Parts: sequence; C-alpha cells; structure tokens
Amino acid sequence: MTMTTTTPSLAPKHAPKLVRPSLAQRLEPWAPVLLIPALILVGWLSISSPTSWLTLTVSGLAMGMMIFVIASGMTLVFGLMDVINFGHGAFVSFGAFVGVSALLMMSAWTGAPSVALNLLAVLAAILAAMAVTGAMGFAFERVIVRPVYGSHLKQILVTMGGLIVAEQLIFVIWGGEEIFIGRPETLKGSFVIFGATLEKYRVLAVAVGLVLFLGMRAVLRGTRLGLIVRAGVENREMVQVLGYRINRVFIMVFVAGSALAGLGGVMWALYQEMITAHMGMEIMILVFIVVIIGGLGSVEGCFIGALLVGLTQNYVAFLEPKLALISNIALMVVILMWRPQGMMPVIKAK
Amino acid sequence: MVRLFLSGDGPQSRILGAILLLILFCLAFAPFLFPGTRSLETAARICIFIVLVASYDLLLGYAGIVSFAHTMFFGLGAYGVAITTQRMGTSYESLILGTMAGAGIAAVLALVIALFSLRVRAIFFAMITLAVASAVAVLVSQLSAITGGEDGMNIRIPRELTPAFRPFDEPVLGVRFSGRHLNYYLVFFTCLILFLGMLRIVNSPFGRVLQAIRENAFRAEAIGYRVIWYRVTATILSAVVAALAGSVFAVWLRYVGPATTLGVEIMLDILLIVVIGGMGTMYGAVVGTAIFVLAQNYLKDWMGGASDAVGFMPLLPDLLSPDRWLMWLGILFILSVYFFPTGIVGRLRGVT
Repeated sequence: MTMTTTTPSLAPKHAPKLVRPSLAQRLEPWAPVLLIPALILVGWLSISSPTSWLTLTVSGLAMGMMIFVIASGMTLVFGLMDVINFGHGAFVSFGAFVGVSALLMMSAWTGAPSVALNLLAVLAAILAAMAVTGAMGFAFERVIVRPVYGSHLKQILVTMGGLIVAEQLIFVIWGGEEIFIGRPETLKGSFVIFGATLEKYRVLAVAVGLVLFLGMRAVLRGTRLGLIVRAGVENREMVQVLGYRINRVFIMVFVAGSALAGLGGVMWALYQEMITAHMGMEIMILVFIVVIIGGLGSVEGCFIGALLVGLTQNYVAFLEPKLALISNIALMVVILMWRPQGMMPVIKAK
Repeated sequence: MVRLFLSGDGPQSRILGAILLLILFCLAFAPFLFPGTRSLETAARICIFIVLVASYDLLLGYAGIVSFAHTMFFGLGAYGVAITTQRMGTSYESLILGTMAGAGIAAVLALVIALFSLRVRAIFFAMITLAVASAVAVLVSQLSAITGGEDGMNIRIPRELTPAFRPFDEPVLGVRFSGRHLNYYLVFFTCLILFLGMLRIVNSPFGRVLQAIRENAFRAEAIGYRVIWYRVTATILSAVVAALAGSVFAVWLRYVGPATTLGVEIMLDILLIVVIGGMGTMYGAVVGTAIFVLAQNYLKDWMGGASDAVGFMPLLPDLLSPDRWLMWLGILFILSVYFFPTGIVGRLRGVT
C-alpha cells in the first residue's frame, strides 16, 4: 500500500499517503492497561484524604498481586488445555495450611527480630507449601482431570468433587478449627511515607507479585519453553504435529500453576493472619471474576484484572463497606459489556 | 392415565418403578405411616428437595449447563414470602403475592445472568453464577433491616396451616389431624404438581431440543435452533421452579435464614444428589433425594459407630467420623461422574 509504482503507464495515477492512526486508535490496544491508572485516579478523586488513598492503593495492589499469583496458573491451564479447574481453590487452602504449619514449627525463627531469619522461615514455609501443592497438582491432573479431557461439564463436576474431598481432607488432617498465625517479627508494623501508613507486609506482597509477573512474562516471552506454551495456547494440534509433547508441557504448567496457588495461599494466610478450610473456595470467587474479566487463558489480562479487582474492592470497602463484594460483580458486568470475551481474550488459531 | 401424568416418560424399569411407587406411597401417607414431628419434617424436606433437585436437573442434566446459583433462586423464593408476609401482614394473599414476587425476581435475575454469560461461553455461566450467588448471600446477611441478617426471619402463616388449628375433633386413622398436616399436604401436592410439570417440560419438543443442544450445540445451531434462546429459557424455568420450591419451604419451615436457604452446603448437596441420582432423568432427583436425606439421618449414626470401632487405629477414626461423610460422598460423586454418568436411575434402566 505504501509502495508507489515507477511505471505510471501501468497504474492509474494516484498518490497514496499514510494516515497516522488517531490517538484514540493508537491507545485502544492499551486500553486495559490504562484502566489501572484510571482507576487509581478515580480513587484519588473520590477519597478526600490523600494519606488514606495511598494506604488503600497499596493494600489494593497487594491484594491484586496475591489474586494474580493464584489465578495465573488457572488461566494458563485453561488456555493450554481447555481445562477448567474448579478445584484450584483446594491448592490455595492446602498451601496455606502447609505453610502455616511450617511457620508454626519454625516459631524460633519467625519470632527472632532478624530480617534474614524471618525471611528464611517464610521462604522455607513457601517452599514446603509449593512442594506439597505442586505434588497435589500432579496427582490431581493424573487422577481427576485426565479422564475428562474435552468435556467442560464433566470437568466442572469432577473438579468440584475434588475440591470437596480436598477440603474434607484438611478437616481430617488439621481439624476443623481456624488457625491464627502472626506475621514474622520483622514483617509486623508499617512504614510511614508522606503521612500514610503502609504495612510492611503489603509492600512485600506487591514486590513479590510484581517479580513473579515479570518473571512469568520473561519465561513466556523469552524462553523456548515459553514459546511452546504460547504456541500451544494458540493451536495445540499444530504444536503436537511439530513434534513437541504438549501433554508433558501441560502437566508442567498444571503443576507450576498448583504450586503458585500454594504460594498464593501462604501469602494470603499471612495477609489475613487467619486460615480456614473454606478460604480457598472464598478466594476462588475473586479468582473467577479475575480470569473472566481478564480473558480466559491470558496471563496479562489476568494480571490487569487482578489489580482492578483488588483496587476496586479496597476503594469501595472504604467508601461504602456494604457494597464491597457487589463492587466486583459490578466491575465484571461493566467489563463484560465493554468486551464480552474479557479484556485480553486469547485468540485461538482454529 | 398414568402415562398421561408422566408425560409418556415412565420409569422403564420394574425395580425403578417399584422404588418410585414406594417413595410416592411413603410421602403421600407420611403423616399416618410415620407419626411424629421429626419424620414429618423429613418427609416435607424430601418433597421440597425433590423439586429443587429436579429443577437443577432440568438445567444440568437436560441443558448441560452448570449453575452454582440454584440456592440463590431457592432463597429468593423463600425471602419473597418472608418479606411480603412481614410487610403486608399474615394472609393467603400475601403468601401468594410473595411467592409470585420471588419467582418474578428469580426469573429476571436468571435472564440477566444468562444473557451475560451464556451469550459468550457456556462455561462462563458456572463461574459467574458462583460469584453472583456468593455476593447475594453476603448481601442478604448484611441488609439486616430487610432480611433479618444472619438471624433470618420468622414467618407468620395463616392459622389454618399451624399446629394450633384442629379441623377434626376425632383422630383420623389414629392421628390427631392438625394444621401442620394440612400444611404438609400443601407442600406435598405443590411439589407433586411442580414435579409432574417439569416432567412435562423435559418431554416436550422444547425438552428434546435442550437435549440436542446438550449433546452437540453446534449441530443444533446448524439445524436451525436458536441455541442461546433455548439455554436462556431453560435457565429461567429452572430458576422459577427453584424459587417456588423456596416459597413452599419458607411456608413449611415458618423461618428463613441465610444458612437454611442460601448456603454453599445446600448447593453442593444439590449437585451431589443430581449426579448420584442420575443426570438428565428427572427420576434421579426423586431417588437421589430420598436416599440422600435418609442417609444424612442414618448413615451418620453408622459412621459414628464405625469410627468408635476402629478408635485404636491412627487416622481411620478421623476419616470415618460422622462429620466427614461429605468426603465419602465427594469420592462417590467423582466415581459416579466417571463410571455411571447417568447415576442410579441410569443404572437401573440398564443404560450406562
């Protein structure tokens, strides 16, 4: 279209010129990303005190990051294998219980006023939780999900059954009581910046979430494995035809997603400082909203969706506490009206 | 005559037919066969849950749509009755108006949710209903000025339906007949009519199209059926019937609360009953509910005994404790999805 021909006799005389797309057109692909600063701005305008706005923004981002950590595995599993896992919440609960048990065992380290020891304890707890939930994910995929590939209805039913059994197993192993867990010594308390109090743990959660997101993006965009995963999301058969064992890749993604859910469970446990067997199910409601508004199968969409949900929930909970849970439904409705497939739908090459 | 009532969809199996007749007989004469308040409660609960589960089967078994908001519609019906009787005073008109209001709101809400999610992808529906149902449950427990919050609401029903009312001076068939028994028969006949109505729906041309969509939505669309329209209609129908069952439940229990009508546990119970009883059979709801409610009452005792018997071993007592019966049910549920997708009824009919 941009080429002008040098033989005027063969082509009609015309002088095509490139029209630069308007600003609106150029911004359109970035619209989902821009929603986050827009929402933060709306929050700033509607919350009169800047210090509470800052506190709320940080806690909203922290919550969003944790939801992202949990939801990312689920959305990738769906994108790759068209498997919808309602039992994902079980990994969150199990991760939280394993992590908290580990932390309680290491009370000497968590109680010590040393940053290194505290972080070491948390890291050990997280590794334990991720190992257990990763192994659970492997078993879950083999026993529960494998036989029902290709049927959404059966997947929903069977994974729901798996969730029930896993939740009951928590009761069997840890008993029915909720467990209270204090944060490690050096993660307690808060900073004061510009007069706003920011809890240390929330800042840490934001950092962890951001690192994970960037790491995941780097793996997906920069490595060969990521290339296979992304190609598999777009067209599974074609990747198989080219000789890759997509099933193995899928199991790896499933296990990694389950392990991330376990990590999210530990992070959530330290955020709430209390865990129950039903916590996974409760978080799953937010996770579903996030993966739907993000676009099922899209990691970036999931990230943006998680931040939107976290921020909305915190702003609304401050402005009008009773509307906090409804606010997420409202957010979902608005986004689905704008983009029925979610903000960044995965386009399948089929 | 019987064929007409059953809409030409008989049990197709002698054993199943015998079981169904036994259940019908027991429920129809429950006040005389099993005197006592507790057994009457159980019988009424079975009646109402049969309708609730059957309406879920209409959606899950016939249309192939998974919803997690069925208890929400159930609760809407129950709260509809509770709120209108509280505002308008105790009368039959307010009961009827409350029932209609509950069913109407359920229909509108079902329409909105269905249009939002089914239009895009059928699996969105499962996730969105889960989110909306939990939001509504939270809303109900928070708006305590209207709904009574966590405490729920007591409902004052007309005197003729309460135990205080004695229509006959003499005992009937050895039972001192009271308004409570009248109330039971109101429950029984409403549920019977609703169940037969649903049997009619699933055996109508509409029901056949639903099954076609369940088997192959793409093909049904290609033949010329508006798949989305059928799915939305099935969602609305099932929501309305669930709301009606909720209204009946409220009138029977004379109480509504978040735990008895909106709880996640009830939703899971419904899901388990449908799958174990038999998806897409309607009779699965009857057999499944009867077994489930009876098991809930008696299996737990047995498990308690078994748990005590193996008390000397590690872990086993915990696994067998009566509180863990949901776990065994969950395992049974997973196995039945794999091996008996048509459940007990499908097994009895010889169709696996």
